[in-house]
Amino acid sequence: MTKADLVEKVYLKTGFSKKESSDIVEMVFDLMKSTLENGEKIKLAGFGNFVVKQKATRRGRNPQTGAEIEISSRNILTFKPSQVLKAAINGQD
Amino acid sequence: MNKSELIDALAEKKGLTYKKAEEIVNIVLDTMSETLISGGRIEIRGFGSLVVKDYKPYTGRNPKTGEEIEVKPKKLPFFKVGKELRERINND
Repeated sequence: MTKADLVEKVYLKTGFSKKESSDIVEMVFDLMKSTLENGEKIKLAGFGNFVVKQKATRRGRNPQTGAEIEISSRNILTFKPSQVLKAAINGQD
Repeated sequence: MNKSELIDALAEKKGLTYKKAEEIVNIVLDTMSETLISGGRIEIRGFGSLVVKDYKPYTGRNPKTGEEIEVKPKKLPFFKVGKELRERINND
């Protein structure tokens, strides 16, 4: 499933044109991206939470050469599914 | 940001009523949930992808009591951040 499928669903279920549906779906993801870019988390009840976490600098190895390298600190994005979504995926609803 | 704040922001940006923006956010989230429930994969370019992974059964421990417990096989959604968003959260 891609963004195009979401646009199609919005188009079929609302009165919006394809162009409007596309712009609106795009905006939903733009809003989520700018929120996460600011380091703020997103909590979507029934679906799950998207949280930006900071990873400290650590030592690693190049798996091909074995050479030790420093892995710089970075931000990562984690998704924690809601209990509702987990149960539904496991056929427990 | 929670769901109602996302709905508010969408309503404001697109000049929609709260009710209409709520309908759209629900369609998006419900469609994504249904895809995962039916075992499908989601790929939103610039944002990320979600797939359902199968986890095998294993013997775990209750971290408080040390008691052994059987963990049944389960499925969990796994999120992989997209390139654009990964760069944006790192201010690259």
